[in-house]
Amino acid sequence: MRLVLHVWRQKSPEEAGAMVSYRLKEISPDMSFLEMLDILNEQLLAEEKDPVAFDHDCREGICGMCSLVINGQAHGPQSGTTTCQLHMRSFKDGDEIYIEPFRAKAFPVIRDLVTNRSSFDRIIQAGGFVSVRTGGVPDGNALPIPKTAADLAMDFAACIGCGACVAACKNASAMLFVSAKVSQLALLPQGKVERERRVLAMVGQMDQEGFGHCSNTFECEAVCPKEISVSSIARLNREYTRAALLERPSSSPTSSE
Amino acid sequence: MKLDAKIPSGALEQKWSSHKFAMKLVSPANKRKYKVIVVGTGLAGASAAATLAELGYQVEVFCYQDSPRRAHSIAAQGGINAAKNYQNDGDSTFRLFYDTIKGGDFRAREANVYRLAEVSAAIIDQAVAQGVPFAREYGGLLANRSFGGAQVSRTFYARGQTGQQLLLGAYSALSRQIGLGSIRMHTRSEMLDLVVIDGLARGIITRDLVSGVIDSWAADAVVLATGGYGNAFFLSTNAVGCNVTAAFRAYKKGAGFANPCYTQIHPTCIPVSGEHQSKLTLMSESLRNDARVWVPKQKGDKRRPEEIPENERDYYLERKYPSFGNLAPRDIASRSAKEVCDEGRGVGESALGVYLDFGEAISRLGEAKITERYANLFQMYERITADNPYHTPMRIYPAVHYTMGGLWVDYNLQSTIPGLHVIGEANFSDHGANRLGASALMQGLADGYFILPYTLAHYLASQRLDKITSDHPAFAIAKAEVSKRLKRLLSSKGKRSPRSFHRELGMLLWEHCGMARHHQGLSRALAKIPELREEFWHNLHISGDASSFNQQLEHAGRVADFLEFGELMCRDALLREESCGGHFRSEYQTPEGEALRHDETFAHVAVWEHQGEGKAPLRHQEELVFSAVQLSTRSYK
Repeated sequence: MRLVLHVWRQKSPEEAGAMVSYRLKEISPDMSFLEMLDILNEQLLAEEKDPVAFDHDCREGICGMCSLVINGQAHGPQSGTTTCQLHMRSFKDGDEIYIEPFRAKAFPVIRDLVTNRSSFDRIIQAGGFVSVRTGGVPDGNALPIPKTAADLAMDFAACIGCGACVAACKNASAMLFVSAKVSQLALLPQGKVERERRVLAMVGQMDQEGFGHCSNTFECEAVCPKEISVSSIARLNREYTRAALLERPSSSPTSSE
Repeated sequence: MKLDAKIPSGALEQKWSSHKFAMKLVSPANKRKYKVIVVGTGLAGASAAATLAELGYQVEVFCYQDSPRRAHSIAAQGGINAAKNYQNDGDSTFRLFYDTIKGGDFRAREANVYRLAEVSAAIIDQAVAQGVPFAREYGGLLANRSFGGAQVSRTFYARGQTGQQLLLGAYSALSRQIGLGSIRMHTRSEMLDLVVIDGLARGIITRDLVSGVIDSWAADAVVLATGGYGNAFFLSTNAVGCNVTAAFRAYKKGAGFANPCYTQIHPTCIPVSGEHQSKLTLMSESLRNDARVWVPKQKGDKRRPEEIPENERDYYLERKYPSFGNLAPRDIASRSAKEVCDEGRGVGESALGVYLDFGEAISRLGEAKITERYANLFQMYERITADNPYHTPMRIYPAVHYTMGGLWVDYNLQSTIPGLHVIGEANFSDHGANRLGASALMQGLADGYFILPYTLAHYLASQRLDKITSDHPAFAIAKAEVSKRLKRLLSSKGKRSPRSFHRELGMLLWEHCGMARHHQGLSRALAKIPELREEFWHNLHISGDASSFNQQLEHAGRVADFLEFGELMCRDALLREESCGGHFRSEYQTPEGEALRHDETFAHVAVWEHQGEGKAPLRHQEELVFSAVQLSTRSYK
């Protein structure tokens, strides 16, 4: 296949970026999208040009490190698929492909297609956990959990924290990411103990990081490579309202340590 | 180099409990005075860092990814073993110990493996308490599945994403401590050297991958949890960024490297599709629970799989190993696949593949049941190959997956450099010459949650540690070394990319130090690798500079270490004149083609000591003593 790529190039967070076009030939339909970019980088290196920086690691769709908005869609055209698992057979000979970073105020560009998504980590640090320490926990079977609850919790736990939901959202909202974690833990008895302070802390952090609000467009669900359902957002809203009503002054996770 | 494994005396069952009592403690008020560096945030690193911080130590954590949640433990699919005996099928600590030590072809330490089996049950409890959504039965209790190399069901799982869920559990514990301020987390940071002062590990040198800044970090102890070296082969199931650099830098600073030739070739991966391939994708071993492995009986049979009648198929694992069948351990399943392909009976365009067929299971259990068990794996397969495994068998082929070798550690998980502890895949200790499925997650978390926190305290309490800051001259020297090396990589104005050297090295290792090894091949590789390395330093081409985000430079540094490390692998493989587990020397096999061990001469751990640049490393031995098990020929027939 022959392709024309239009790629976002930006040297540093401070400098302005621009789309730059490249021509590629002899691309095999069996290549993954990132392998196609590897070829581009080999070509750029041979031409004494700077290769395109992009994030990637596991290349099997689970680590959440790869990103990219491809032809306007986060993780490209195939549903339920990360960029690293997208293959070139999804494109045609002669296609022009536009490649951009995940754009959001809370995801500043580091270089080219690489962004800083540490805001997600800070949301988890604010409350996305069960406060147990190592050791001294009950036997795994001490607390039966209905299979349906465990299965549903697993559906939400499948989130890989890639940030496609944010990139796809016109408000750059992180609601799907936050709600997936809140829902997983709220469904399990282990997580119920601190459900109120968790949801308040995580939503508080989300707002502080500069993510937008949810206006129920559900583009996030459409691009999510793990197909996390927006029903989690409904759960988040319910959890948040409930917690806000029950809120006690000392409910932040850090203050009670 | 002195190799004292420090195995506690007493009966096997009592060693760990009596050792826990015998070890010194650090009082709660004193813990905060100690600083510990943890490199790597996979299962071992994240669990260790979180636990140490909970205990009160100051912890500095480093990872090369943009978030600690992305470490490659996340990709483990099938499950985690634990001797819970929830199935009432005869499991016990001793049975898990026995299966693991036998699975490792009697090349691991009894005491370590027994301890691993002993703490396995607590890992499940810990993960459940963190909110890890393990698979459950309708009664609400935990479900189990079977895995290769065992005849009991002891594997706990969360669909095909067990590693992800366990890692996110450990990551949540780590994140909690970061939020509390007891851990300082450094993402996009790569460890480029270890700093040893007065014989003790006292810190590390890192490069900030975004700004390029070279930094010094001083501490009272250093913990490496930096994973395996499978990417020496270029193509492996590892994440593209996985590397041997941290471990290899420690080796060069005096840490012994044990059994580098022990690499695990996983039998069920998606076959290579072309030269562009950048990584291989694993299909979980759990699939072998329900799928049957076969190839055509006839050579060069080009018919489509559904056109080949039942009596013209060779279900070779069931034929050769009737009692374990499709659940034969990994090394055996991989070698058998290679054998049938070498005979010319491989399938697919490259003829390097065998079928993994769900037809029978789908007709027995229905498509819905198979979907429930393996939906994500089936989707992943279809995405990569464009074939639908509900209708046509998967094609699979073995690929490099895990490395049993690693930095040598004693019973306390301490390397030959005092103060340097090594956990998870980065050490060598528990899997011998072959790792059983669902045991890597178990070992990573056992080390991090339940073993290292005790043994590290013992080190800190027994060792006199002078106050040292990163102003100590040793840090300046190490920093200068690191900068010099980066400069050297950048100044080579050649023609070839780091990737092309990496690929060439990988192919060389796969050919000569892969699934089957031979004296001649290994000797050839040992002649070729230094030539390739020579070319690397003269003909490398990378762009950019060291003071900014530069992925080519990162890759080049890792390839430079693989180019030296690959030689050590081949050297180790050449001198181990026997076949055991993942190390199969074609000169040493039984008439039936099974691995032939030489227990009289090779029941030992080979430990390599660096002797300086350009000098051959020295090989030491730690003899393995077996008292609880009898060395037998591993039979899965």
